[in-house]
Amino acid sequence: MRHLLSIDDLDREGIERVLDRAASFAEVAGREIKKVPALRGRTVVNLFYEASTRTSSSFELAAKRLSADLVSIRAATSAVAKGESLKDTIATLTAYDPAAIVIRSPHAGAAKLVAGWTDAAVVNAGDGKHEHPTQALLDVFTLRQRLGSLDGVKIWIVGDVLHSRVARSDILAFTRMGAQVTLSGPPTLIPRGIEALGCTVEPTLERLPEADVVYVLRMQHERMSEAYVPSLREYAMRYQIGLDRLRPEQLLMHPGPVNRGVELSGDAIDSPQALIGQQVEAGVVVRMAVLYELLAGAGAAKAAPVPAGFESAVAA
Amino acid sequence: MSVKGLFFAGGRPADLLIRGAHLLDPRTGLDSPGDVLVRAGEIAEIGAPGALPAPDSAETVEAEGLHLFPGFVDPHVHFRTPGQEHKEDLASGTAAAAAGGFTAVIAMPNTAPVVDDAPVLRSLRDAAERQARVPVGFLAAITRGLAGSELTEMAELRDAGALGFTDDGRPVVSAGMLRKALQYQRLTGGVLGLHEEDPSLSNGCVMHEGAVSARLGLAGYPSVGESTIVARDAALAKFEEGRMHFQHLSAAESVEALAYWKGRGAQVTGEASPHHLTLTDEAVLSLDTRYKMNPPLRAESDRQALIAGLKDGTIDCIATDHAPHAKHEKEVPFEEAPNGVTGLETSFASVYTELVKPGIIPLSLLIEKLTSGAALFDLCTPRIEVGLPANLALVDLGASWVVGEHGYVSRSANSCFFGRTFDGVVRLTVAAGTVAHRALDRAEVAA
Repeated sequence: MRHLLSIDDLDREGIERVLDRAASFAEVAGREIKKVPALRGRTVVNLFYEASTRTSSSFELAAKRLSADLVSIRAATSAVAKGESLKDTIATLTAYDPAAIVIRSPHAGAAKLVAGWTDAAVVNAGDGKHEHPTQALLDVFTLRQRLGSLDGVKIWIVGDVLHSRVARSDILAFTRMGAQVTLSGPPTLIPRGIEALGCTVEPTLERLPEADVVYVLRMQHERMSEAYVPSLREYAMRYQIGLDRLRPEQLLMHPGPVNRGVELSGDAIDSPQALIGQQVEAGVVVRMAVLYELLAGAGAAKAAPVPAGFESAVAA
Repeated sequence: MSVKGLFFAGGRPADLLIRGAHLLDPRTGLDSPGDVLVRAGEIAEIGAPGALPAPDSAETVEAEGLHLFPGFVDPHVHFRTPGQEHKEDLASGTAAAAAGGFTAVIAMPNTAPVVDDAPVLRSLRDAAERQARVPVGFLAAITRGLAGSELTEMAELRDAGALGFTDDGRPVVSAGMLRKALQYQRLTGGVLGLHEEDPSLSNGCVMHEGAVSARLGLAGYPSVGESTIVARDAALAKFEEGRMHFQHLSAAESVEALAYWKGRGAQVTGEASPHHLTLTDEAVLSLDTRYKMNPPLRAESDRQALIAGLKDGTIDCIATDHAPHAKHEKEVPFEEAPNGVTGLETSFASVYTELVKPGIIPLSLLIEKLTSGAALFDLCTPRIEVGLPANLALVDLGASWVVGEHGYVSRSANSCFFGRTFDGVVRLTVAAGTVAHRALDRAEVAA
């Protein structure tokens, strides 16, 4: 794998390879010194054209724990704010000879474009409403930690699918790992034709009890230019996930940040069946594994030798 | 120079003997090998192959194995002048037209400034008379600034040479506004060309709505975003007894609406583009901005409906909607990219390769649809007929080429057929009696 632009860049075996490596990094995370020297002397650029807390910080931590040199660029404070095109920005950054560019953009396909303009490995950290592959990987990682396998697991993805890149990558990753995916939400927020991705659509939550996992999406007000639901109050009445709608055995997930009291009730967020904290934790080790896979793994463009003392940490 | 609403620089009237080509003209019934003698820019004689002796003054083009068609007419191009000459201008655009076998084209008014008053139109005519390699006609705007709120001075614009009116690039959103234009058309004549799109169904959308837009997370607008407005406007055309031409139809439902209103006697016509006839929204999965245009590439069922419409006569002509954009303007994420693809150089070859060669439509139908745009705008239809000005396209159907491999004649490179191998190379274009394009040497190489 040269870049991670889409879950489509990984087959099931590839996903398992990355997640097995993430599991070995999880052991490192338990040590007092959490750093490994795998990417020493190599540069990782984080280029974020959209606000982000957990994705950007976990990519930063991942790069640092792999001992890479890190440059983090936020569009609002850079030349981008002065009107520089994406292509010109990438040309400038390429002068630093980065090993990897992690990019988040409000536009579908931005990461793919960047991959065509640079020799660096490119990681899509979210492109518009298209994909967010590392989120899907950490979601699969979290579920694998809890359930062992996703084969036959029934996962309901609930809420604003239309504006969600997480939903698209999750549908691809969950089904690839053997799960059955059902989408539910207001019909105005379920894109026409989405069943072609291999999922089913339920307009109501009546059959929610059949789910093993309930994955709740954020209501993305910031992406909505018009009213897709009559009111958040009506949305909450029909689709909010609270303990009243969950069986105790059902696992609850959410990509964050949560609109407390909109798509999730407070009691559900804080309940033991919620894996939201585990998802955030998984973010760092999964992103370490992705950077390692791209820069030092078997298929890396410029394979770096595994430094002495590191073999055990990456043995998978 | 000008001929009946068309303007061009002109040149030395051609003296040519085109010998032995297969002559195909669906309107004169020609469909056999023959010789065509062009003298002083006019078709002087048509004879059996080898029958016409070469006059001393004429160049002889040995064209055995090639096809000679009436020159193609494209009623829908964007030449970007005035205002955006970095994308295209009248010289580069008409050179691209000639390279595609076109002998007349009609330019849209959505320039900067918009062609919405007579002085702008007159300056364009003057520029065409200096720069245009093939004759160009012009449509003027229906509403000032394409804003949809005030009629242009349609009568004065007609006197200044406008073949008709269009707000192309945008729909006339208000039915009341369009009705006034139809009423005023009784005074001015000329056709109203309409870009059909309901903005309340398409705002913010960048492609067709369907499985592909769902996969990509791109905002898609459905076929009914076009067809509902086609139906509305055709009903208005019937009510006001006006003439209306629907531009770049993309949806099956639009073809149905057009057929319905034609059947009811409305004076409505429609065009389809080579890209809508040969590609679907599946192409957008690549997120390549060369597949971004408006109306968007739609589903296979829409494409099939357009082809059926060509065959049964619902779709009157093929038009490219040639819409050049500079490289850097298209080198941005899909949602950010401007709409539009070039088409003049690939129009014949794309449809020939994708629809004629596999036997989906006959070659004669393609030639008919590549020339019938003329009559829709009251222009003379090119014919291979003695006494008419020579408007001819000599095409090598046996030669193939890779789109973009040798660059483009157009100033812009945003072809949705980039990298595709097509059959059909235009060897010679004679437009209004002058040689506008020649690529005969390559014929010899290829042979």
